[in-house]
Amino acid sequence: MAKQTAIEQDGKIIEALSNAMFRVELENGHVITAHISGKMRMHYIKILPGDKVKVEMSPYDLSKGRISFRYK
Amino acid sequence: MIFLKSDEEIELLRISNQIVAKTLAELAKLIEPGVSTERLDKIADEFIRDNGAVPGFLGYSGFPKSICTSVNEQVVHGIPSDKVILEDGDIISVDCGALINGFHGDSAYTFCVGNVKPEIVDLLRTTKESLYKGIEQAQEGHRLGDIGHAIQSYCEERGYSVVREMIGHGVGRNLHEAPEVPNYGRKGNGVMLKSGMTIAIEPMINLGNRNLVFERDGWTTRTLDRKPSAHFEHSIAIRRGKADILSGFEYIEQVLGNKAI
Repeated sequence: MAKQTAIEQDGKIIEALSNAMFRVELENGHVITAHISGKMRMHYIKILPGDKVKVEMSPYDLSKGRISFRYK
Repeated sequence: MIFLKSDEEIELLRISNQIVAKTLAELAKLIEPGVSTERLDKIADEFIRDNGAVPGFLGYSGFPKSICTSVNEQVVHGIPSDKVILEDGDIISVDCGALINGFHGDSAYTFCVGNVKPEIVDLLRTTKESLYKGIEQAQEGHRLGDIGHAIQSYCEERGYSVVREMIGHGVGRNLHEAPEVPNYGRKGNGVMLKSGMTIAIEPMINLGNRNLVFERDGWTTRTLDRKPSAHFEHSIAIRRGKADILSGFEYIEQVLGNKAI
């Protein structure tokens, strides 16, 4: 039986919430809450509303994600 | 946490996978236009139990049946039903699991029903071949990404697309174990393969686009563009540095004879 993996999707930041959490609108229209990944935190990469980002989603909870990349 | 298996444990895994291989062959005898997927499930369930094992999928995360039957544009995890009747020209991928001696077997094959269009037969042939290309890369010292890269490049060169959301997996005392074995990847990336690792490699390849949709039953997946999808799976062990295929398609191909793809 095949297993489901975390999927990477692109989205746009709608709103910045507290604690480095953001509301992101994915390409398929869903709006989720996502947090910034540790690697981005470590390199002080800032994210602002309007940025296009790559989000990793777990198959077990489709309302939360992890922002892993910010596009230019 | 990747569990490495001893030689004895690998032999127990082989027993489970051989039961799965023979179950798939039993179903190969039955697959023809007019058969319902429910009937296939019933026969598989009986055969697995007659061999002293228990269906590995039944009850797994609530899965209601003993095999997955995915027809045409369904990719994986189709649920057998007496409302689904096979028709001439269909393809059906059957995924089967058996639990015996505490170890899980997991293997899958895509069958042709009656006369299937040549382009779709080519998809099946390519998917099956890509599985073996992936297995070739499963050696001690290689990395997981090598397996995925081999499968992805073989299939994409021929114009097919690789499903991203569903992946292979480690297998053993649990049906799904670490590591994740994607069918796409970059060479040299990922976990280093070691002797004792037992993984299920299962390329899922689409004729059209790679995009997937999850159906409302919570299990079945189908292609977004509704074009057919093929799926083949072997459980393998890395033993003495080399890949050792635990399941097998020999029984199936013996039954199919010269109709085998």
